[in-house]
Amino acid sequence: MVTMNEDPLALVPELIMLFGAVVALMVGSFVRRSRQWATGSVAVAALSGSLIAALATAGNSDRTIYDSSYALDAGTTAARLIVPVAALLVLGLVGPRIRGNTRESEFYVLVLLASLGSVVLAGASDLLLLSVAYLLASIPLYALAGWARDSSSAEAALKLYLLGALLGVMMLLGVTVLYGVGGGATTYRALMDTLPVAPATALTMGVVAVLGGLLFKAGSVPAHFWVPDAIEGSTTAAAAFLTTVPKVGGLIATWRLLLIVPDDTVNWRVLIAVLAAASMTLGNFAAFTQTNPKRLLAYSTISQVGYLLMVVSVAGRSSNALPALLVYLGAYTVTNLGAFAVVAALPGRRHLRDYRGLARERPALAAVLLITLLGLVGTPPTGVFVGKLTIFAATWDGGFAWLVVVAATNTVASLYYYLRWLAPVFIGRPARRDERHVASVPASWSPSVVTAVIAAVASLAIGVGAGPLLDLAGTTMTR
Amino acid sequence: MLSLLIFLPLVAAAALALTRQYADRLARWTWLLASLVEVALVALMWTRYVQTPVAGQRIAFETYQPWIPGVGSAYHVGVDGLSLPLLAMTTVVFAATAIYSLKQRDRPRSHAALFLALETTSLGLFAALDLIVFFVFFDLSIVAMYFVIAGWGHGEQARRSALKFFLYTFVGSLALLVGFIGLYVAADPHTFDIVALTAQAPLNGHGLAGGLVLAAVAIGLAVKTPTFPFHTWLPPAHTDASAAGSAVLAAVLLKMGTYGFVRIAMPMLPEAWRRYAMIFVIIGVVSVLYGALVAMAQSSFKRMIAYTSVNHMGYIVLAVGAAGLVAGSDAQARSVAVTGAMVQMVSHGLITAALFLLSGVLFERGGTYEMDAYGGLAGRAPKFAALTAVAAFGSLGIPGLSGFIAEFQILAGSLGSAPVPTALAVPGILITAALFLWALQRIFLGEEHQQLPNSHDVTSLELAAVTPLLVLSLIIGVFPRPLLDVLEPASRTVVELVSR
Repeated sequence: MVTMNEDPLALVPELIMLFGAVVALMVGSFVRRSRQWATGSVAVAALSGSLIAALATAGNSDRTIYDSSYALDAGTTAARLIVPVAALLVLGLVGPRIRGNTRESEFYVLVLLASLGSVVLAGASDLLLLSVAYLLASIPLYALAGWARDSSSAEAALKLYLLGALLGVMMLLGVTVLYGVGGGATTYRALMDTLPVAPATALTMGVVAVLGGLLFKAGSVPAHFWVPDAIEGSTTAAAAFLTTVPKVGGLIATWRLLLIVPDDTVNWRVLIAVLAAASMTLGNFAAFTQTNPKRLLAYSTISQVGYLLMVVSVAGRSSNALPALLVYLGAYTVTNLGAFAVVAALPGRRHLRDYRGLARERPALAAVLLITLLGLVGTPPTGVFVGKLTIFAATWDGGFAWLVVVAATNTVASLYYYLRWLAPVFIGRPARRDERHVASVPASWSPSVVTAVIAAVASLAIGVGAGPLLDLAGTTMTR
Repeated sequence: MLSLLIFLPLVAAAALALTRQYADRLARWTWLLASLVEVALVALMWTRYVQTPVAGQRIAFETYQPWIPGVGSAYHVGVDGLSLPLLAMTTVVFAATAIYSLKQRDRPRSHAALFLALETTSLGLFAALDLIVFFVFFDLSIVAMYFVIAGWGHGEQARRSALKFFLYTFVGSLALLVGFIGLYVAADPHTFDIVALTAQAPLNGHGLAGGLVLAAVAIGLAVKTPTFPFHTWLPPAHTDASAAGSAVLAAVLLKMGTYGFVRIAMPMLPEAWRRYAMIFVIIGVVSVLYGALVAMAQSSFKRMIAYTSVNHMGYIVLAVGAAGLVAGSDAQARSVAVTGAMVQMVSHGLITAALFLLSGVLFERGGTYEMDAYGGLAGRAPKFAALTAVAAFGSLGIPGLSGFIAEFQILAGSLGSAPVPTALAVPGILITAALFLWALQRIFLGEEHQQLPNSHDVTSLELAAVTPLLVLSLIIGVFPRPLLDVLEPASRTVVELVSR
């Protein structure tokens, strides 16, 4: 061991989140029930502080710290920026169901811890750290999904937990195998040299096992079974979190891991390409018949991971591939949160037909829905369009033209179910609604509505300002 | 100046959309004012453009602003001999619909905002010199048009037609995007810039790859044009859209497809285009004949006009296909065909917009598009009858109006390189003539079948909306020189690029 290059200062964004979680837990345990907003403020302050710290260090040159177990590069920087923004938007969605509840502060603490886990997952450049980050990113999510403590959220938590625990154990097994075949090394830098000479079968087994855990975080096929029920069963804010933040960590970690695996012994490129195609296709087909907006978004998120995985399959082959992934992640995150914000702002509407005539009742929310749903399709000039465009271009460039055709076909198919939601919004008059709905309409500019508008504007801004963003996102990862 | 032309309507649309207390009357007049300013701007650009010596080939009013440099895409717009006439036609058609819509009673504020936004997307598309800019405007025009049809169409049926339109053309746009990415990947250095890609023709010498990319691009454009067999979205969309919506859809949006052939498919994929030109010729001829025959079988006036659009677009596809049959034909004839195709785009825009607006007038009088419900209308509404007759004659290609100049050049230019298909297309003109005369006869002549609730002649507003379109068609028909002076050098360039 040459040097430990310990550098706690480089970890300020992560440390602020950790510190925030601890303080929020303490504050939440001691303040009165009516004053739990204080924990919320602590969480907002911690996330904002982490974001500012990440911005301040964003320009630094790439390096690894703590004996090259943690990388500071484009991937980590992107996660440090996207995750706090997403978590802040999620806190904006916290509705009356959570606010004022006895366990309100738990919600904030769990969000902070899971966010931290996702960032560390993205930065981990060491198998052991990766396992720890996986647990840190997963365990708070189980509690978050079950936070509401009713039967549907219990189902959500259980499904999430069972699959997460199973794939987590698999992942640990995979780490063990890689440790063995990699000559006792766990850092990616060391594994870079040892894995190419490792026996192919064992190596394949190890990589696939570790991938299972990461794909669980990303919510992709074949580890997607938790997604629909967990999203439908948990609170809207938790669902919005589950569909966005873990993906950031999961996909960047997948990228990082696969780059150290020699693609001539383990043909992971084709594996990922096939999984990408399966994920987008399966998600789309399952979304066709959904009538619950949350469930529809749940299946849509499975298909979106497919597009994200496309570009992972050409990792390292094209200089545009990494910026494409990072910009798509950022754009998808705010766009998806915008759609969830509309759902959160209209809690009484559990069926697509309840959105009939929304454009006349609530034009601002209808406009947000238009921008976010068409954005998820990939309509210009939203951010997801630029992400999709760059991903398609990079994937084709990397030699998977067939995957681009599959993805374009899937985009067309996805149009159908997004439009099934969107069409009633703009066409037709609002149905005469019973008091259940009237009572549930929050004040016209509730926090969820403001969040929705911010997310929609951000989604457009990423599209228009994509040039500088793509330039800022570095093209390589370090190890 | 070009960016001002493109985005002025969008600014007006945003102002209309964001200010709730805008009075309805004011909204309508804002739209009209903005669209008239657009016409003036285009006229100014036209005069400045033709003053320069090598007008037609040169790109003028160019703006280049890097947008996504990472993938070689920029906000790059400019005007040349191909795009200028279409820009002018677009502003004129939108101004006509603005006048026509001064009587709009149903949510005029959002109606005006939507049309203004649509005008921006149309102008932006014709001025685009970057494939991604082209695609962005292509997609947004679909979104805006969807709301025009769904929101202001006729009844419940309009929503289904709008959805069909949206899904169909969106599928086409994604095929287009795949083709664009193919071009991007093949280019070295990777770029989406139209000028650079045209100069490179990156897929020349790549055989099958060029063919596949051309297939993707051509399917996208053919859906939008639409040509047989991708036309099935068009009749319901037109039938159920409002008159103003139909006018813009037929006059401007269809041209996005045909313009794409001349701007993108031909110059960027010359080798593939030449190899598969016969397919386009055949598709064109089938569209010509099929469109004419099906139009003849219609009982609804509006649906009939919709099918004649398939027929007219067929001539364009025939001409651009024939321009790709390089062997055994001279460049002069091929450039005449391309010029004819371009004139047809302008001419069809003017005349069909007029016809659709007139069909709206008809609907307001009788509450139906069924031609047999009318009869003897000429006696009560002579001015309406006269306008419709002029428009119908223009559409069937009578000498003196713009349609003749277009179709004559198309047929004359195509005959040399594709004699048999061109000869087969000629009867299309005959069928169109027959169906228009028959339609005029059914609506305007003979006995009055029933008492119409409201059969007064065209109002001065309707007159003011339709007349300029027909007058322009007449001017092009009699004095085509100014238009041809702009088009011909550009057509020659296209033909040269195709024969590389």
